[in-house]
Amino acid sequence: MKGRRLKYLVAGGIVVAALVGMIYSGVKESVVYFYTPSELTQKKDSVEGKSLRVGGMVVDGSLKWDPQALLLTFQLTDGQGVVIVRHKGTAPDLFKEGAGAVVEGTWTRDGYFRSSNIMAKHSEEYKPPVHPETLESKKELFKSILKEGKP
Amino acid sequence: MARLSFAARLHGGAAALLLAVGLYWGLLAVPADAFQGEVQRIMYLHVPSVSTAYLAILVTFCASILYLWKRDLRIDAVAHSSAEIGVVFLGITLATGAIWGKPTWGVWWTWDARLTVTAIVFTMYVGYLMVRAFAEEPQAGARYGAVLAVLGLPAIILNHFAVQWWRTLHQPSSLIRPGGPSVAPVILWPLVFNIVAMLVLYSYFLLERVRLERIRHRAAESRLKRGRRG
Repeated sequence: MKGRRLKYLVAGGIVVAALVGMIYSGVKESVVYFYTPSELTQKKDSVEGKSLRVGGMVVDGSLKWDPQALLLTFQLTDGQGVVIVRHKGTAPDLFKEGAGAVVEGTWTRDGYFRSSNIMAKHSEEYKPPVHPETLESKKELFKSILKEGKP
Repeated sequence: MARLSFAARLHGGAAALLLAVGLYWGLLAVPADAFQGEVQRIMYLHVPSVSTAYLAILVTFCASILYLWKRDLRIDAVAHSSAEIGVVFLGITLATGAIWGKPTWGVWWTWDARLTVTAIVFTMYVGYLMVRAFAEEPQAGARYGAVLAVLGLPAIILNHFAVQWWRTLHQPSSLIRPGGPSVAPVILWPLVFNIVAMLVLYSYFLLERVRLERIRHRAAESRLKRGRRG
């Protein structure tokens, strides 16, 4: 009787371990909410045409708005890679150069990311409007928005 | 209807007064965040709501474990009541989060780790209330509920660290973080005040809800006695 119970326990344990392992690896793959620009530039051929998200900082001076075509063009960076993004339509109010953004869309054959949705990202810092932004505070913002080194 | 005791009225009144002061302080008296503008002020509802929901889940967790050990329905009443209040505050958290998200992020909702886990926890506690409502035997309902509520603590810990472990649209924690709060004092103080006010409101709700449970229990017992006599 005791041996039988042990057998069931071991079998059950193996099944549970396998399930947990499968869920863990599945979750690990799907918890990548957005790719960084350098990740995307590395794997661009394999993800062509797939819908995905890219997140980074909007490069200063890269933002262009074409009112005739209603086309927004800008670059996203994580400090290493740069991705050119084209978006039909407008962006949220907090979307600006030097700030964080996550875009949804697809990587195209023509070497740019076609965005269908822009989301503006903000940091966890809150302060009243007084002191001007220093370079140091911008660096902190950059770090907290990109979460460098995290999946 | 039974009248509230003086202490209970004082308790509820204090909660209302504290919230009124806190919301005046946050919504009108202090400046809004420099980057986000006026919309940041919804933080004074969003953060206290989620703090309260977390405490409610924690209370349900502790009371459920205690119930599984002692099998006392009076302890279960605390777990059940706290879960009910937790669902309300999680609902407020999701609603104020969406209202905050639209003007800042540009979307009401997105499936990042923080938002997804919050939605799962909300669904879990709605499920808890359904299990409690459908159970025919009070003891059985309490037992099923308690087993489910044991998942509450890992769930809120996971949700707290979700914004640190994974890339998300939601920003990392502003209050409980290494290096102290990343919130300027002028915004931090009314925020902390509103959290305390909301927790006082929670304690009021919890005491009254537990009292209601006791009244229900007594009513059921007397119905049972009458039934036996007739």
